[in-house]
Amino acid sequence: MSAVIEARDLKRDYESRRGMFSAPATVKALAGVSFALEAGKTLAVVGESGSGKSTLARLLTLIEEPTAGQLLIDGKDVAGADAATLKRLRREIQIVFQNPYGSLNPRQKIGAALEEPLLVNTDMPAAEREKAARDMMARVGLRPEFYDRYPHMFSGGQRQRIAIARALMLRPKILVLDEPVSALDVSIRAQVLNLLAELQEEFKLAYVFVSHDLSVVKHIADRVMVIYLGHAVETGTREAIFSAPQHPYTRALLSATPVADPFAVKERIILKGELPSPFDPPKGCAFHPRCPLAFDRCRREEPPVEYKNGRDVACWAVEGGQGGRRDDADEAAGRR
Amino acid sequence: MAGETPLAATIADEFVVPPARPFAAFWASFSENKGAVLGLVVISLIVLLAIFADFVAPYHPNEQFREAVKAPPVWAEGGTWRFVLGTDGLGRDMLSRLIHGARISLFIGLSVMAVSFVLGIMIGLAAAYFGGVVDVVITRMMDLIMAVPGLVLAILVVAVLGPNLTNTIIAVTIVYLPRYVRLVRASALAELNKEYVTAAKVAGVGPLRLMLSTVLPNCLAPLIIQAALGVSDAILEAAALGFLGLGAQPPISEWGTMLADAREFIRSNPWLVTLPGLAILVTVISINLLGDGLRDALDPKMRRS
Repeated sequence: MSAVIEARDLKRDYESRRGMFSAPATVKALAGVSFALEAGKTLAVVGESGSGKSTLARLLTLIEEPTAGQLLIDGKDVAGADAATLKRLRREIQIVFQNPYGSLNPRQKIGAALEEPLLVNTDMPAAEREKAARDMMARVGLRPEFYDRYPHMFSGGQRQRIAIARALMLRPKILVLDEPVSALDVSIRAQVLNLLAELQEEFKLAYVFVSHDLSVVKHIADRVMVIYLGHAVETGTREAIFSAPQHPYTRALLSATPVADPFAVKERIILKGELPSPFDPPKGCAFHPRCPLAFDRCRREEPPVEYKNGRDVACWAVEGGQGGRRDDADEAAGRR
Repeated sequence: MAGETPLAATIADEFVVPPARPFAAFWASFSENKGAVLGLVVISLIVLLAIFADFVAPYHPNEQFREAVKAPPVWAEGGTWRFVLGTDGLGRDMLSRLIHGARISLFIGLSVMAVSFVLGIMIGLAAAYFGGVVDVVITRMMDLIMAVPGLVLAILVVAVLGPNLTNTIIAVTIVYLPRYVRLVRASALAELNKEYVTAAKVAGVGPLRLMLSTVLPNCLAPLIIQAALGVSDAILEAAALGFLGLGAQPPISEWGTMLADAREFIRSNPWLVTLPGLAILVTVISINLLGDGLRDALDPKMRRS
């Protein structure tokens, strides 16, 4: 099966002016991220605030253009596409935002919001648009009488259903979910996640699921990509990442996830310090100032993404082959 | 295929707010403000008088009664019911002139408001959408206009174009345009950063539809308030121009012009100056009260959606 969306070494820099006389500073919000995603699969993008998750979401939905790298949607390169192709490709990828209170136009009725994508992209007559909108409302579990209501009359969970319905109106192949459930109550969260799972199966959707909530990711992801300061530090299947995380950052992240078992013996890895300023990223491996395993090479050279122990990982301390991970850590600690 | 049925059941239990009619909610909060309702009543009366001036006014505004020049109003000594508010220095009936003057003043106020509203929206949205150089040029030009005192600028424009009613409207529009442009630009910039705008872009909404249909309706509340208050400012400014002899020219019965004409009688026949002044005062106060009520009812910061 071929990938519906593929990113090859995507980079995005932002320039920031610091006064009139100093040279503009460059922020590397995304410093080379690659992945490929097939229809019906979910890629979870995990990282802390400021790691470049939302930048990736904006690049994938073509809101912004990457500074470097390639983005292929349905096998077509976005960068070289003419206007008509681009318009077609845009329809294939839609987005659901984190905050359902900001992502719906307060002056637009639900029906109009759902029909707008059809209105601007197709020449469907009004009656058919209304039918399509009503069908989609029924599909995501919204009652028909909501058609004529304004967003402020809805709860967060209902708004998120509306946002999902709107994203699906053009029948896209890929849906970018930018923390779609983190603003919702836990009870509603499960409902929305189940809805997303059902829709994925029904429409064979590929999901790019941006999140910082690992318990949600564990529930929904097929593959997981951990990003740190714009770098994809570890990418692999859900099983590989959750059962045997290799990169020290992934391990720290996983150890911070609460587990509902009072007798579970847990090793907490507490990271020192803060996410470094992206204006002045550390030399070598971006993670080395906070890494418990860092040694000389980490400070000098940036680790390449390599296939080790069944996943792609960028870390000097991770040894390839079948060596247990404890040994890696011990060895690295010894070298320190 | 997964799930045709299960979701509808789960949703039915979620809290549903009953649909409120936006106008009913608006009226409920507007009518709480007694001053605003009073303003609305008075301004409605003035508007009705202006519309039906030809039927309400007892005489033609320019008809001269040579035998009753400077007749006092009915409550003063020597006043008669023939001229309820007296006559001016040329023997014209004050009541008729004031009623017809309402027409001119409201016409000026509303046209200034309408023109600056439309222009302000277009220029402000352009500044917000294009940003960069376009934005800088527009905002600097607006700053430039605001840096000159309003009346001085209006006098300058009228001096260049020549004094008449149309040019008064143009002059006052230029003076008040920056307020609208800045308001639209600021609100549009704030709205453009919101996620629903991004969602609309991702859905393929083009720039024109994006600005006019997605962004603009969300910027309207402060704009409507500004427009309502702008009518009274425009009336005042036009009256000031008329008083200086640069607005509507005699014999048009504009309130400011009437004031100017009667200036020489301020000691001997004070009602000649008082009555047009009162007319301006009442109109402006009513519009301001109405505008304040609109602001309280429409301001998104005071009402939780």
